[in-house]
Parts: sequence; C-alpha cells; structure tokens
Amino acid sequence: MGKTMNLTLKVWRQKNAQSKGRLETYELQGVDADASFLEMLDILNTQLEKRGEEPVAFEHDCREGICGSCGAVVNGQAHGPMRETTLCQLHMRHFNDGDTLVIEPWRSRAFPLIKDLVVDRSAFDHVIRAGGYITMRTGSAPDAHAIPVDKEEADVAMDAAQCIGCGACVAACPNGSAMLFVASKVSHLAHLPQGRVEANRRVLNMVAQMDREGFGNCSNHYECEAACPKAISVEHIAKMNREHLRAALKPTGS
Amino acid sequence: MRLDSKVPAGPIEQKWTQHKFEMKLVNPANRRKYTVLVVGTGLAGASAAATLGELGYNVKAFCIQDTPRRAHSIAAQGGINAAKNYQNDGDSIYRLFYDTVKGGDYRSREASVYRLAELSVDIIDQCVAQGVPFAREYGGLLDNRSFGGAQVSRTFYARGQTGQQLLLGAYSALMKEVQNGSVTLYPRREMLELVVVDGRARGIVVRNLLTGAFESHVADAVLLATGGYGNVYYLSTNAKASNATAIWRAHRKGAYFANPCFTQIHPTCIPVHGDYQSKLTLMSESLRNDGRIWVPKDPDDPRHPNEIPEEDRSYYLEETYPAFGNLVPRDVASRKAKDQCDKGRGVGSTRMAVYLDFRDAIERLGRETIEARYGNLFQMYQRIVDEDPFTQPMMIYPAVHYTMGGLWVDYNLMSNLPGLFVAGEANFSDHGANRLGASALMQGLADGYFIVPYTVADYLARVQPDRLDGAHAEFRAAENAVSDRTRRLLSIKGKRTVDEIHRELGLLAWDKIGMSRNRKGLEEALSEIPAIREEFWRNLIVAGENEDLNQSLEKAGRVADFLELAELMAFDALHREESCGGHFREEYQTPEGEAQRNDEQFAYAAAWEHQGDGQAPVLHKEELTFEVVTPTQRSYK
Repeated sequence: MGKTMNLTLKVWRQKNAQSKGRLETYELQGVDADASFLEMLDILNTQLEKRGEEPVAFEHDCREGICGSCGAVVNGQAHGPMRETTLCQLHMRHFNDGDTLVIEPWRSRAFPLIKDLVVDRSAFDHVIRAGGYITMRTGSAPDAHAIPVDKEEADVAMDAAQCIGCGACVAACPNGSAMLFVASKVSHLAHLPQGRVEANRRVLNMVAQMDREGFGNCSNHYECEAACPKAISVEHIAKMNREHLRAALKPTGS
Repeated sequence: MRLDSKVPAGPIEQKWTQHKFEMKLVNPANRRKYTVLVVGTGLAGASAAATLGELGYNVKAFCIQDTPRRAHSIAAQGGINAAKNYQNDGDSIYRLFYDTVKGGDYRSREASVYRLAELSVDIIDQCVAQGVPFAREYGGLLDNRSFGGAQVSRTFYARGQTGQQLLLGAYSALMKEVQNGSVTLYPRREMLELVVVDGRARGIVVRNLLTGAFESHVADAVLLATGGYGNVYYLSTNAKASNATAIWRAHRKGAYFANPCFTQIHPTCIPVHGDYQSKLTLMSESLRNDGRIWVPKDPDDPRHPNEIPEEDRSYYLEETYPAFGNLVPRDVASRKAKDQCDKGRGVGSTRMAVYLDFRDAIERLGRETIEARYGNLFQMYQRIVDEDPFTQPMMIYPAVHYTMGGLWVDYNLMSNLPGLFVAGEANFSDHGANRLGASALMQGLADGYFIVPYTVADYLARVQPDRLDGAHAEFRAAENAVSDRTRRLLSIKGKRTVDEIHRELGLLAWDKIGMSRNRKGLEEALSEIPAIREEFWRNLIVAGENEDLNQSLEKAGRVADFLELAELMAFDALHREESCGGHFREEYQTPEGEAQRNDEQFAYAAAWEHQGDGQAPVLHKEELTFEVVTPTQRSYK
C-alpha cells in the first residue's frame, strides 16, 4: 500500500437525456496513490452501492488505454491532466491529498448523453460506415508482398491508425469538431497504396457524413491534439484537407 | 458417447481443400433468405459477420460495447503468426503446425491445427489488402519478430498494437457490410439465452443494455464469438466486460463445454499491487525477444537491481533451457517464475515478481531501436508502476490471460447442437493445453474469415429457411427465464456488491485452479465454490432497476455464470489426472519438474454435458489421434 489521499469529487449525475443533470459532491477517503482513476471511481461506486445508492455510470473495458471506452472531463480537461494518457491509465499519484476533482461527461451536440458520464458516440461508427475502409472481399487479396510500401509512409499510416475512437478530440474542441478522428482514418489509408482507387469517394463521403452528424468545424485550436491519448498530430487534418480538396475538384468518377 | 469430430479423410495436407470441395453451397440468390446471428464482434465475430455479409446472407451482429471496435481483441499487443517464411529461416506450414501441436502439449486436434497453419498465410494477405499498417523494412516488405515456442521469426506485427490494427481492419470490413445493408448491427446488446427449437439452435434472447428490454432474434444459424472466460479469476488481463455468459448459457442449453481447465497464465504481466486493483496488465511476450529474465541468486540481496553484478544474478530460463532461453512457451515461463518466487527468490515489495531486464539489449542495439520496438509497452509500464524500464529492469509476474477451453466444436466449428457455431477463443479448438504467443489472432481470423463462411453455408444448404415466429413458445420461454433471473438478481437486496463476491471467487480460483493444481485444493474448490454461489444469491446487492443502463446488474449476471463455470473448471481439472501445458497437476511431474502427460489415459478432449443444477456433468470424450506428429515429452532445452 503506497501513500493515500482524501479527495472531494464533484461528479456529473444525470439519469438520462430527458432529465436534468447536476454535480453531486462526494468525499472519498484513503485512496491509494497507485490506484488508477477508474479504480478510484470503483471505490466510490462500492461505497455508493453499500449505501443503497446507484453507482456512477461510466464506460470502461480494457483498462489498458486501447479500447477507447473510457473518458471523462476532469477539471476541465478531457482524460484529465496527463498528456497522452487515457483516463484508465491516469493514476492517482498525479493528484494531491485534499484535491477537488470535477468529473463530467464528454459534452458535444453529436454525443448525446445517455447516463451520468456515459455518452452516445455512435456518430463515429456512422462516419466509418460512410467510407472508412478499403473495398475488398475476403479471399481476394494478392500476396502480401505484391505491393511494397515505403517504410516511412507505413510508419505515418500507423501513427494515424492508432486512434482509439474515444472521442476526447471532440470533447476538447471548442467547436465540438471531429476532424482529428475522421482525419486519422483518412490519413491512415491515404498513406498506403492499397485502396488508393477509391480515395476520392472515401474522403468526400466521410466528411459529408461527419457534417451530417452535427460535429462542428475545425478552427485550428489544436485542443484535439493536446487531448488525444495517442498523440495523433493535427498534421493528419492537413492531410485530410488536401485529400478533400483534390477529391472535390475532380470530376466524379475519376 | 464418443464425439465425432467430422475430420475429413485423406492426407493432412489435402483435408481442407478436399472438404471445401465436398461441402454444399448456397445459391447466391437464396443466401439472403437465411439469417445468421453473430454474437461478439472481436476478430472472429467481426471477420465472420463481414464475410458472411459479403456472401449475401442476412447477418445480424451483436456486441455488448457501444461499437464493435471495442471488442477485447483490440488489446492484443505482440503479433500474429503466419507461415510465410519471408525470413528464409526454415519456416513452413508444416513447421507452424508442428510447433502449435507441440506447444499445445499434444492435446489438440491435428487436422484442425494443420488447417490453421495453412490459412495463416491467407490472413496476412487479407489484412495487408485491408490496409493494416504492419511493420515494414526499408525495402517496403513486411518485418517479422520472434515469439515463444518457436525457433523461427514468423510473427507479423504493428508496433505493440497488432490486435488493435487487425480488429480495426475487421471492423472496417464489417462497417462496409453494414453500409451495404447485408449486416445489421446491434450494439449494447448482451446475449442472455440461446433458443433451441426441435434440437437446432434457432436464435437468441438479448438484453438491450440501455433500456433493459429483452429482445428475441430468430435465425437459421447462430455463431458465438464471445471470447474466453479468464475473468472467472476476477484479476486477469481480460477486459472488464469479457465474460462467459453467452457460451455458458449455450452450455446449459446442451452445448458441450470442452477442457474448461485449460487456462493460460501469461508470464509477463505487471505484478499485483493492491487490493483495490481491478485488473492486470499484460506486457507483450515479444518483450522476451530482447528482455532477459532473472532473479538475484541471494533471496535477501538488498541491492537495487542495477547494482547487482552479473555473477550474482540467476538467469534461470537461459540456464535451464539453453535452446529456447527466454523464449520458452508461456506455460513453462510462468511456472518457472512461480517456482522462483515460491523459493523466496521473488523481487519487489510483495516478493511476487521477477526481473525482465533490457540493459543488454539497449547496450547492443541502442535505446532508439528498443524504443521503436517496444516504446508503447515501456510507456504503459511506466504509467502504471512509475518506474522507467529504460533505466532499470521491469518487474513481471504471471497472470491469467487466455482460455484454451471453450465450447466443443467439430472440424466445421459447429457444436454438438446443430446450427450453433463457435469461433475464436470461445471454442476449444486448436491450442490444446497451451496456446503459443501470436496464435490467438491467427485463430480468430482463420475461423472468421476463412472457415465459418464455408461451413455455415454447408449447414444452411442442408436446412430449409423456414420463418420461425418470434412468438414461438421456446422464445417466449427463454424471454421469461431471462426476465425472471434478472428480477431475482435485483430483488436480493443483500449487503455485498458484485465485485466483492467476484473477488472472493477469483482468489479461490487463482489459489486452487490456477498455475498449479492438486487433488486436495481442487476438492476444496469444489466444496467452496457452491458456498460462494449461495452467498451470492442470498446476500448480493444490486442498485437500480432493469429498465435503465445498469452496469451493476450486467456484472451480476456475468458473475452468476462465472460461479457455475468455476465449478466445472475445478471438476475438469480434478478428473484430468495428468499434467499437460497450462494444466499442471503437482502430483504428475517429471523429476525436472516439467509437466508429465499421461497419453494412455488422457489423450482426449474432455467435453462436458450439463445435467442440471446440483448434478455432476457427464463426460464425452473426443479421442485425439496423432497420425502425423508423434507425441513426445516436450523439450525446450
């Protein structure tokens, strides 16, 4: 058992999208500094359940920073104060005894609230569905070595492909823009020779779907990059803009 | 009863090709008349749903998360095996097959493993064409790394996020089919019952996790790809929501559960540190390529690991297994770490850890190379432990990671219930008593992309697409059963939370059905598990209601099923009076402390048939015959 701390939590509680939400205050004592943020919430929830109260609903699954389920705004920052860190990988040792933590859900028009800290991010699926793939059938692939790929390009593709779809970029953006999320998929595929033939359709359809989902516009605040737990660079947004411009200027079908 | 594995006749190299030709096909115009339910959207489920959709079947895909992309396959780090022999180091389909059968300690079905090795090469082609950004060399070709249990480099990888990239590939294929209208997605749904009509699997009942509604889905075939049951142990490397409910409910409806005691304890995980801990974190096996495992020779050596000189360190794996060194299979590496700690040579504050040291590799290759290979893993370690693996050795200890056991399936991946198919970790196939690293991704994708689409078609071609009504008595009965069970969980109103009881079960399972087992411990487990189960149904507290997002209620249902499955695991472990792979019975070991198999009596897959609550399950055996590989005592020396 390492060092322990006492905390004041102000947690957003809201039964569902129709009801009104509020910040509820909880005092939490003796939290181990080596516990993760979500383990700290587990401790709170155990106490609530023992008192017969409903635990705080929050999404989580792998607790290794890769599934993209978890996320909350902690003291105004998406995923809390540590850079390149999901909420599940944030440890309490980065806070101080006596701290007050304000914990809120992602807030964005395109992410309607479901309950407490849980929001609906299905808009992301809709954007991928609109074109975030290479159209090929199982079994129709040539040998993996048929197309060599420049290592440096492949590395950049991988940088972009690391996106975990958590939505912190949207939550951090003053406009609620999903440009970094969409760009990460567009740029990942744009850096590879595979699927090049459908690149124009892809970027046009994905961006159109992004707009339909109600995400805001990008006005270059770069809050998304700062909040991204995978450090995905806004350079990918520039890449997407170039892809989009080129596609938009080309006559259909070419 | 002897189980029929339906392995086709003929030489092993030709079985699958011949079988593909002999299987029946469904005319493209008729495919949309058949509905196939795919439960789970990890590698196996997403790839199967996407491929069945491409073929034109009417597919419904279900997942418990908000989106298919979050399935736990995403957390696989190190890589995926394939017998491409791009390294020119002597690999072949036959060698991958041989390594897998041997690594599984001769408790897998030869023909299925051969097919897996055969399909491995197609998987890489498929994933590259999908745009999976595998690691490459400067010439533009694919790079490989080595993994445990093999002397060739056949593992393809995408940094330390191979599972993520493969899953996102399968997810994108799935979303393509959703867009095309052939697959309907049902996220935030949990399968709580399998519906069997006239002896055939005809549908499922799911709970809508947002509204609590119980929904019936009727189909011509059901595919379960819902992963493994490692979370029986509470602490494991599995994601928190990973559960056994779908396969356990199917088992209770008649599907046989095979080799439940075959569980894998992964050697390189971050050690346990506190009683509030919610899960364990894996450090990829690929780290054993460059990291050296050691403990101080003197158990009471007070020095910082960096100050302990070479002569005072025991590199116990390299000393015992010079041929494979730090790359022995997982079961061996785990057991040896436990041995060292049991002898008092463990390190760290709990003394339940060993060192994994990169000092020599950093000296030899430079920090940059090591960073490129393992950067994200080192970063993850530092986040959790607050120590820098670049400047001092990591501390690792084994943790529950994977389950080789699962629902019994024949060569066609169909369970003993007609129309119920099982893919990926949820089935028992291919890995025998121990899975080699980088083979889970291979199996999930082989099952989903390349096996199930053929074998499901063969089944559907033999049945008429009749339209069963969702109001059918069996569906109504299943809905009522699920509803009653849910209300019962909510009405106990006791004093202990789900997590508290789950933790208690986990400690017991780890202690008695864990890394090493013995008769006494297993008998104790068999008497203690029912007591915990009784406590659960008497003293559980679940706040909230059914008609709402209720995460405690979800957990309660899963733990209720773990409490039943754990008993079957102990039962199976007690019956298997031998040691093999991950199943180590202390009574059965060689003089050197290695697993001692008993091929005369136990060369079979043990498939258990549920007999009702409080009754012992009935054993059915699938005899394992080895026509190609001769079982020997595994040696990694």
